[in-house]
Amino acid sequence: MRRRPRYQQQVDLYLPIANLSVNALVIVLLGGGVGLLSGMFGVGGGFLTTPLLIVYGIPPTVAAASSASQVTGASVSGVFAHLRRRGVDFKMGGVLVAGGITGTFAGAWIFRQLQALGQIDTVIAVVYVVMLSWIGGTMAREAMTTILLARRGQPPRPRKRRHHPLVAALPMRTRFYASGLYISPLAPLLLGFVTGILTILLGVGGGFILVPAMIYLLGMATGVVVGTSLFQTLFVTAMATMVHATTTKAVDIVLAGLLLIGSVTGAQVGARFATRVKPEYLRLALAVIVLLVGVRILLGLVWRPEEIFTVALS
Amino acid sequence: MSVGRPLLPLLLAAPLLMGQAKPVLVPDVSQRQVDIAYSFTGADLLLFGAILYPGGRVPAGERPADIVVVVKGPTQSILLREKEKVAGIWVNAQSARYRSAPSFYSVASSRPIRDLVDDRTRAIYELGLDSLQLSPTSTAPPDVQARFGRGLVELKKRAGLYVESPRAVEITDGVLYRARVTIPARVPVGRFTAETFLIRDGRVLAAAVRDIDIRKSGFERFVARAADRHELIYGLVAVMLSVGLGYLAGWVARRM
Repeated sequence: MRRRPRYQQQVDLYLPIANLSVNALVIVLLGGGVGLLSGMFGVGGGFLTTPLLIVYGIPPTVAAASSASQVTGASVSGVFAHLRRRGVDFKMGGVLVAGGITGTFAGAWIFRQLQALGQIDTVIAVVYVVMLSWIGGTMAREAMTTILLARRGQPPRPRKRRHHPLVAALPMRTRFYASGLYISPLAPLLLGFVTGILTILLGVGGGFILVPAMIYLLGMATGVVVGTSLFQTLFVTAMATMVHATTTKAVDIVLAGLLLIGSVTGAQVGARFATRVKPEYLRLALAVIVLLVGVRILLGLVWRPEEIFTVALS
Repeated sequence: MSVGRPLLPLLLAAPLLMGQAKPVLVPDVSQRQVDIAYSFTGADLLLFGAILYPGGRVPAGERPADIVVVVKGPTQSILLREKEKVAGIWVNAQSARYRSAPSFYSVASSRPIRDLVDDRTRAIYELGLDSLQLSPTSTAPPDVQARFGRGLVELKKRAGLYVESPRAVEITDGVLYRARVTIPARVPVGRFTAETFLIRDGRVLAAAVRDIDIRKSGFERFVARAADRHELIYGLVAVMLSVGLGYLAGWVARRM
């Protein structure tokens, strides 16, 4: 008979949807760690929460569904901070949200199809590996270049802000004043749609795709990029929570609550810490973390798994 | 906790008593109901009881009987998938469906079951992990089915959901028996059964069943129900909780 020491018993908490008991302290600390990173780097942190929860033993669906609501919480204070300094382009944000919400519905459909095929976990892992190595690689290269240039005492090359030729080719152009753009709303709509799908599948806010895409593909004015991305994240992750609550029924409110307590606290600490470090070093650190998570998931795919068999209720 | 209403089983067993000098079983369980609350990390069940011999003790010259107890969870219809290496990564490939796999199965006995009864008896009473009636629905060849069956049992064993503990039943003076069965936190809720078998000379002399209800209680029950029946409100509450906590943290941080 295994009896745990008393101090440990007291932090054990039963998750009513995941149907297992977890160490509450570990989950809060996990949320705190992710929150710290999200505050420092301005990302939601969902791309770390979901894999970490899965490694801890939470069923993948519950992990993805519950970490979406953690991202909502993490993005709220960010959105308000950016609103105060007029860092949100509402028109652009609205288009992104519209695309994102459509994306969550499409994502829910894809989720069901893949679940029926039994390939959801593999697809989640493969998409993660591709996304994380791409984003991590790009960020690492960019941060390294900036750091090297700064060491040599050269000023960083000013990058010309322009959107991708494909974006310029789309019809129905309209003006996004705050973003300083005259482009077709189809481009951000499509971008929002893809992020919405990823939010449902991976439980991520999508900021780590949205922000680079807004800068490099759309060519938005950098002052409104993070605020608008957080604005989209807030609404789309909230929608994703609703979609999960009504379709997969996998949102564990106790798990989400524990994660939130940790992450909202961590986010504030992280935001303060971020102002003391050079941004290119922050980006390099984030790139390294992103790549490490990607490698970990890749190993999970190629190494012989501990369990060859898996059970699904039918 | 209700300990024993020994009269009823005795009365039910009366016809047996009147026949030949067969021992009678009076079993009980320490808990008829297990409540899953916030601090649930599993439960320990004590299965105990008495073997009533006509003379009150093990008759001289007779071999003492053995006891096997089986605790079973509600059966589930499941799909078992097997991973295979395809193009360098492990993906789900073949699968098999089972109509009635027990969600939990723990068998304890006073001696290894193989020493007590033959294969046929084990199959009839589902004694032992290799005798489970899983009702596979696939038409795969027998060797594949056997591989999947073994895979399922191994998987559940490692999760602590299928347990086989030979010699875990203690019998005192040949008449009082007790066994401890641990129910892990991961079990599904529902009606569990605790079966007790009295076995001698390869034959099951007596059997008795007790039901155990495992259910979520209090807040956990409320949450699980809300998530299942009032999905929309549940989702809204989850969103409001995250927005509220996020806003609160920002508000606190601005004032520090």
